[in-house]
Amino acid sequence: MGDAGARPHGGPQESTAATAEESAEESAEESAQQRMHDGSHDGSRLVMPAPDAAVLARRDQIVADLARLVGADSVIAHERAMRPYESDALTAHRQLPLVVVLPATTDEVAAVLKYCHDNAIRVVPRGAGTSLSGGALPLADAVLLGMAKFTRIREIDTANRCAVVEPGVTNLGITKAVEHLGFYYAPDPSSQIACTIGGNVAENSGGVHCLKYGLTTNNVLGVELALITGEIVRLGGKHLDAGGLDLLSVIIGSEGLLGVVTEVTVRLLKKPDTARAVLVGFPTSESAGDCVAQIIAAGIIPAGIEMMDKDAIAAAEAFVNVGYPLDVEALLIIELDGPEAECAHLLDAVTAHAQACGATTLRVSQSEEERLGFWAGRKAAFPAVGRISPDYLCMDGTIPRRQLPFVLARMRELSHRHGLRVANVFHAGDGNLHPLIRYDANAPGELEAAEAFGADILRLCVEVGGVLTGEHGVGIEKRDLMPEMFDAVDLAQQLRLKCAFDDQNLLNPGKVFPTLHRCAEMGRMHVSGGALPFPDLPRF
Amino acid sequence: MPQTLLARDPQDVVDAVTAAGANGRTLEIRGTGSLTALGRPVVADTVLDLSALSGITLYEPEELVLSARCGTPRRDIEDMLAQSGQMLAFEPADLAPLFGGAARAGSLGGLVATNLAGPRRISAGAVRDHTLGLKAVSGRGELFKSGGRVVKNVTGYDLPRLFAGAFGTLGVATEITLKVLPRPETQETVRLEGLSPEAAAAAMSAALGSSCEVSGAAYAPAPVAARLPGCPDTATVLLRLEGFGPSVRARRDMLARVLIPFGPCTVMRETPSAALWSAVRDVAPFVGTPERALWRLSTAPMAGPALAARLCATLDAEAFCDWGGGLIWLALPGPRSEADTVRTALAASGGHATLLRATAEERARTAVFQPLDEPLAALTARVKSSFDPAGLLNRGRMHEGW
Ligand SMILES: Cc1cc2nc3c(=O)[nH]c(=O)nc-3n(C[C@H](O)[C@H](O)[C@H](O)COP(=O)(O)OP(=O)(O)OC[C@H]3O[C@@H](n4cnc5c(N)ncnc54)[C@H](O)[C@@H]3O)c2cc1C
Repeated sequence: MGDAGARPHGGPQESTAATAEESAEESAEESAQQRMHDGSHDGSRLVMPAPDAAVLARRDQIVADLARLVGADSVIAHERAMRPYESDALTAHRQLPLVVVLPATTDEVAAVLKYCHDNAIRVVPRGAGTSLSGGALPLADAVLLGMAKFTRIREIDTANRCAVVEPGVTNLGITKAVEHLGFYYAPDPSSQIACTIGGNVAENSGGVHCLKYGLTTNNVLGVELALITGEIVRLGGKHLDAGGLDLLSVIIGSEGLLGVVTEVTVRLLKKPDTARAVLVGFPTSESAGDCVAQIIAAGIIPAGIEMMDKDAIAAAEAFVNVGYPLDVEALLIIELDGPEAECAHLLDAVTAHAQACGATTLRVSQSEEERLGFWAGRKAAFPAVGRISPDYLCMDGTIPRRQLPFVLARMRELSHRHGLRVANVFHAGDGNLHPLIRYDANAPGELEAAEAFGADILRLCVEVGGVLTGEHGVGIEKRDLMPEMFDAVDLAQQLRLKCAFDDQNLLNPGKVFPTLHRCAEMGRMHVSGGALPFPDLPRF
Repeated sequence: MPQTLLARDPQDVVDAVTAAGANGRTLEIRGTGSLTALGRPVVADTVLDLSALSGITLYEPEELVLSARCGTPRRDIEDMLAQSGQMLAFEPADLAPLFGGAARAGSLGGLVATNLAGPRRISAGAVRDHTLGLKAVSGRGELFKSGGRVVKNVTGYDLPRLFAGAFGTLGVATEITLKVLPRPETQETVRLEGLSPEAAAAAMSAALGSSCEVSGAAYAPAPVAARLPGCPDTATVLLRLEGFGPSVRARRDMLARVLIPFGPCTVMRETPSAALWSAVRDVAPFVGTPERALWRLSTAPMAGPALAARLCATLDAEAFCDWGGGLIWLALPGPRSEADTVRTALAASGGHATLLRATAEERARTAVFQPLDEPLAALTARVKSSFDPAGLLNRGRMHEGW
C-alpha cells in the first residue's frame, strides 16, 4: 500500500498489553482510574484490560466451537499464522489474539458474536488493519473478527446515486467499481487503496476533499449492523435520514465498540467535469493561514486545501521530485473542481487572494498530469517522512484554523523541549493537523519521548478549542488523553450509550475510554430520597 | 394545565430535571413551542420552557462555525449569518405556518431536535450533518458535552448528530454548535412540464446524476404545482442551480442538454427561483389546510413520484416530491391518517413515514413515527434509557410509553 513500507509508529517494543500485572478486572479498573487522575500519559506502558484467565484456559474448546460455526478454513489458531494480525498500523503495540476468525456472511458474523456473547468472550473487529490509533489491536483473550472476506459489491444503483457494498471492500474499490459509469465515492483517505469501508465507518475517515464533500458520516446512507448478541439491525438505506432516533450517526465513528458492520450503503457522486490545482508558497505560516481564511470568507469552498511546512515540503520533494519550492515556509495546494467555467472563475479569485496575502510562488496546474504531480508530494508525505527518519509518529488533532500560527509556534518550542523534529502536513481547510514526529525506536527513550511530545501536541489542540482526533480515531493511542477533553460526566454518558449496545463490554474493550466500567454500575441512578422542591425558576 | 418553568441558564435546566427526577414528574421540553403539534402528544407534569436560554455565543465566519444557546430564535441566527453572506446550508424547513403559527418563529433547539432539512438536503446534507457540538442535560440531570467546534472530529461517539432528530427525548440541549457555509451568489431554476411520475423520477435522476451540481430537485403534479409560486397548472419538475454567476450559467446550459430527452425546459431567474424554493421547503401548498392529515415520507428517490401518485389515487390525496423524488409530502383529504395504507404502500421501496400533521386524537392513536421492528425497537429504547433512564423527557413524543 501507499506508505511504502514505512513504520508509521514503529519499533521492536512489545506492548505491555498482555502482561498487565493486574489479574482481576477490579484492579485494572482502579489503575485506569489512577492514570486518569495523575494525568500522566505513558503510551508505551499502555495498560489493557487484563485477560480473562478462564477464557484463556478454554482456548482449545473455543477454537473448536468457532470452527464448527464458520468452518475450520475460516479459523486461524496457529501462532505463526496469527502474526500478521498482531497489530494494525500503530505498530508499536502488538499482541497476538486468542484466535482469528474470518466469517464470510452476515449469518456467520452473527453466529460468532452470539457465541462470544453467550460465553463472555471479547471480540475485536478488524478491517484492513490500517488504523493509526490502534483500534484493531488484538487482546490476548479476544477473538479477532476479520472482515476480509466481505469483498463483494452487492449493488450499484446509479439512478438512486448509491452503492451497496460489503464492509471489506476497500475505499478505492468502491470508486473503481463505479468509475466507468462516471461516478465516485467522495471520502479519500491517503490509505484508500488498502483501508476498508467498514474501517472507514468505524473511524469516520476523511481525506483531502472533506472540506467540500464531507467525511464518511456525510457519505454513508445506511449500514447493516450485527450486535454483540448476534441480532441484526438495518439503519438507513437508499432513503435519507432516520424515521426514529438516528443511530447511524453514532455507529459512524464508533471504532468497533458498538457493533460489527456487515453491509454499507454509500452515496455516489458524479465525477466533476474538471479539477484544477494551485500550488502557492508563502514566507510564513501566518500568511498561508490568512490566505485560507480570506478564500473562505469570500464564499469559496475549494474541493481541498492542504498545507505543508518546510520540513514536510523538503521530505516530499526529496521523495517524489515534483518541483515543490524549497525556499518557502508554507506551501498550499488549493484544488477547485466543477464545470470548466466555475474553475476558471474561481482560479482567478483564489490567485488574487494568494497574491494579496504575500505569496512568493504560485503555479496553476495546466494539465491533469501537472495537477496530479502537485498532489503526489502531499499524498506521499507520510512515506516521505518515513524515508528521512527511522520511525515517525503520525498525530491527528484538529484546531480552529486561525490558531494555526500559534500552534505551529508552540509546536516548535515543544520540539525543542522533547529533542525531536516534527514535520507538519495539514488539512488546512478544516483545521486537521497531521504532525509527523520523527524518532528512532532503537534509540533508548525516543519512543517514549515521541509519545510524550505527541500527547503535548494533542493537549495543545484541545487548549486552543480543538479536539484530540480529526479522523484517525481515539483507539488506544489517545485513549488516556480523553480526560483532557471530556470530564467524568461527559465520559459516563458516552459509556452508557456503549452499554445500550454492549452490556457486557465485550466489543473492542480497552479502546477509546480510559477506564473500564460495569454497565450495571453506570446505569444506577442516584436519586436523593424523598421529594425535592422544584428549584427557584420563574414559573407560569 | 401543567406548570411551566422558565429556564434562564443551563443550571436552571439541571435543577429542573433533577427535581423532576426526584419527584417522579415528567417534563415537556419546549423551545418557542412552534412545533408542539409535531410528534405524538406529550402529556407531561411540567413544561420546561427554554425560550429565555437564548443568544449566539460564538460566530466566526471565516471558520464557518456558529454556537448558540438552544432557545435562540432561528430568525436571529439566519439574520446574523446573512450579514456575513452565510447560511445554514441544510436549509431548515419552517413548518410553523403549516401548524397555523407565525413564520420563522422556531428556536435553534427545535430546529435541531426535528432534523427537518429542506430541498438542499440532497446536496448539502441534513441538519445532523451540520451539527458539530452539543451541551445538554441528560434525564439524570447531568450537564454533559460532546463533539466540538471543528468539523473533523472522531473524539468519542457523535452525540450531537444523535440529538438531531431526537425530538428532545434524549436530553435537553442547552447549547449547540453548527457548521455554517457561504450563501450562493445566485440561483436559477430549470423547469420541465407535463411529465408522468416515472418520467419525472428519471429526469430528476438524470439531473442529479450529472455534473451540473443540482441543489434542489422537486416534482409537483398538476393541482399542487399551481400552488407553487411561478409554476404552471401542470405536472412540473423543478431543478435548482446555485453558485457563482458564471458557473450557474454554464451549468444551466449543461443541464438543458442533459434534459433534452424529457422535453423543452424553461428557466426561472434568481428572485422567482428563490420564492419557489422557499415554498417547496416550507410545504406552502398545504399551508392553510389544518384539517387535512399530512404525511412526510422518505424513500428511495426513483420510487418516490410513482409511490406518491399511487397513494394520491388510492386515498384521494394530494402530494408533491422533493429531494429528487425521495421526499413525499402527502396531504389526505381529511383528518383521518390512513396509516396502514400509507405504510404498506411505502414498504416496497423502503424508508419511513411520519404523520407530520394531524389532530391530537389521530396522533395519539397512530404511530406518528415509523414503527420500529425488533431488534431495532429494543435497541432504540435502550439508547433512550441510556440518556433518560426514568423517561422524564418528552415521554411519548416519539413512541408510546417512552
Ligand atoms: C499511510 C496511512 C495513511 C492514512 N491516511 C488516512 C487519511 O488520509 N484519512 C483518514 O481518515 N485515515 C487515514 N489513515 C487511517 C486508516 O487508514 C483509517 O482509519 C481506515 O479507515 C482504517 O480502515 P481499516 O479497514 O484498515 O480498519 P482497521 O484498521 O482494521 O480497523 C479500524 C477500526 O475499525 C474497526 N472495524 C473495522 N472493520 C469494522 C467493521 N466491519 N465493523 C465494525 N468495526 C470495524 C476496528 O475494530 C478498529 O477499531 C491512514 C493510515 C495509513 C496507514
